[in-house]
Amino acid sequence: MAISAGPAKPPARKFSWNDPAVRGLFYQALAIGAVVFIIWYLASNTVANLNARSIATGFAFMNRESGFAIGENLISYGPADTYLRALVVGLLNTLRVAVAGILLATILGTLIGIARLSGNFFIAKAASIYVEVLRNLPLLLQLFFWYAVISETMPGPREALKPLPGFFLSNRGFKFPLPVDNVAWDFAAIGLLLAIIAVFVVRAWAKKRRDATGQQFPTGWTALALIVGLPLLGWIIGGAPTAMDVPAMRGFNFVGGGTLSPEFAALLIGLVTYTAAFIAEIVRSGILAVSKGQTEAAEAVGLSKAQTLRMIVLPQALRVIVPPMTSQYLNITKNSSLAVAIGYPDLVSIANTTINQTGQAIEGVAIIMGVYLTISLSIAAFMNWYNKRIALVER
Amino acid sequence: MKKFQLAAMAATALVAFGGAALAGPTLDAVKARGQLICGVNTGTAGFSAANSQGVWTGIDVDLCKAVAAALWGDVSKVKYVPLTAQQRFTALQSGEIDILSRNTTATLTRDTSLGINFTGVNFYDGQGFMVPNKLGVKSAKELNGATVCVQPGTTTELNLADYFRGQKMEFKPVVIEKLEEVNNAYFSGRCDVYTTDASGLASIRATVAPKPEDHTILPELISKEPLGPSVRHGDDQFTDLVRWAHFVMLEAEEYGITAANLDQMAKSDNPGIQRLLNVAGKDGKTAALGSMLGVPDTWAYNIIKLVGNYGESFERNVGMGSPLKLPRGSNALWSKGGLQYAWPVR
Repeated sequence: MAISAGPAKPPARKFSWNDPAVRGLFYQALAIGAVVFIIWYLASNTVANLNARSIATGFAFMNRESGFAIGENLISYGPADTYLRALVVGLLNTLRVAVAGILLATILGTLIGIARLSGNFFIAKAASIYVEVLRNLPLLLQLFFWYAVISETMPGPREALKPLPGFFLSNRGFKFPLPVDNVAWDFAAIGLLLAIIAVFVVRAWAKKRRDATGQQFPTGWTALALIVGLPLLGWIIGGAPTAMDVPAMRGFNFVGGGTLSPEFAALLIGLVTYTAAFIAEIVRSGILAVSKGQTEAAEAVGLSKAQTLRMIVLPQALRVIVPPMTSQYLNITKNSSLAVAIGYPDLVSIANTTINQTGQAIEGVAIIMGVYLTISLSIAAFMNWYNKRIALVER
Repeated sequence: MKKFQLAAMAATALVAFGGAALAGPTLDAVKARGQLICGVNTGTAGFSAANSQGVWTGIDVDLCKAVAAALWGDVSKVKYVPLTAQQRFTALQSGEIDILSRNTTATLTRDTSLGINFTGVNFYDGQGFMVPNKLGVKSAKELNGATVCVQPGTTTELNLADYFRGQKMEFKPVVIEKLEEVNNAYFSGRCDVYTTDASGLASIRATVAPKPEDHTILPELISKEPLGPSVRHGDDQFTDLVRWAHFVMLEAEEYGITAANLDQMAKSDNPGIQRLLNVAGKDGKTAALGSMLGVPDTWAYNIIKLVGNYGESFERNVGMGSPLKLPRGSNALWSKGGLQYAWPVR
């Protein structure tokens, strides 16, 4: 066989400890071996000890009846349901407080961050005092404070405050009327979904037209009309029902309507006010990072104040704001596990109860870790995607 | 590179066969340490609570003291580890404590799947409900729709759900881990009802309530709560010691032996008392029961001398001599219509 006259192969390397590549491989193998060994050792030691002490293992308990009740549940749940469903209820409660917390903390934090940059002396000072006080007190302490404020100052359910007809404020929480279940509300929800899709379509079309012809289209007003109009249309098609489920005092407590429990409220207020202090600083640093020349240049080409903020300052500020914001969002999610201290039934609280009733601590803790890791990685992945999207595109 | 991986794997495999260490038998470990580590409640007056000087008292504490008295004739050789309801079993399983004496209900699941053994029952209890008088509730059957304060990780939480299901009633639980925080939630009016073992309710009412007379414990007891000490499964010798330390206190009460009249009773010629106190009988021999348990033969004498009999412990901690003022009820001796019954110490 003829050997082609390609580039000559380097001579096969001889094995030598002096070869940095060989040493590199050796150290890597050593490191991997050590990690595998530690994991194996911990796992086998745990299993052996659990067996020796005849402690049950495995996840079979997930399908057993839980037998305990949960104060707040987004999906129907009773003591006759399984541990698995109880844990899902806990997970949904965690997500509920995390999502609401992230939204509200972002809004409040942004407002305070802008307030710190205000030319008005009092507003700027008030914002800095807020930031310095809130972020320097332990969160757990703040949660106890808010919970005590709510449960100590609110009257009992029989003496509940009535800020508006049908709304009640007591130490059982905030009760509000909810529309009675009706197909019209489903239509309205579908209308909202269609409206959101339509807004994206209109926006893309308007951008294309502007790029091609230079003509502006009132996208904002169209979006508003769609978002309000389509759900309204769905509601009218459904027969425009107006029946409301109004909470009423019966026996010990209010029956009917929706509830915002004191535990949820205390946790949400605590998380939002605490995290907003950090977000405020991030927003402030983001805005300060955009040089004044950018604003001046925008004004020079005739952009309005709003346009300057929306098209020049914000896109550049966001590049600085988004990465640290991700860790604040993760903090809110993780800090929501402090709920256990004030009795909000979040995932950790339910998992703790499960651990105690079944005695299977290792499985329970593994579930908690797995869930938080998944939530945190999902948030991080989304924020990284968003960060990439808004990153400066260099040509 | 393969070579190195193989070598590394072989090495790890060799080391790894050393594997899984097991804790030795508790009794030997306790003797070698010269101290008994006892898991107790974070603070339930009458059962286990530390006073302002950090001195622990209570009926559960007395049980730990009795074991220490049997071992060394010295009740100060006990280290108390306060545990929440959620920490307690893990602390025992992991060997952090030798004995869990923390008003814990014995159940089948705990006895088996938790890998622990209950040695006996030092307090027969039942779960009850406490309500503020101003609600005007007279019976637990009127509690439909109530908001109930409860601590997590206890049989209490399960009994509560079972009871309301059985009565076809609804309730909203407020589940808080720390005892102080549950107490606050109830006394601030966050809940209509507080539920835990009836003795615990009496304890909380006597020591925490701003005005104890404003709160009523409802007549219904919705569960059986045999509270007792537990030890790790498989430590039979230690299980025996804890069990018999409790029985000695009961036996002493039955014979009428108290800490005060102990030395006088030792002169008795009742063979049962002679056996218990290890006094030589007519044949000049002593029963030497302690040796069988692996402790000094003066064990029973020391328990009674240093801790007293069960009745004394009960009255001092939870009975008429305490703020709780609980009646003996089911905890009277079997000979007086109660459930407390010691196996023969012989």
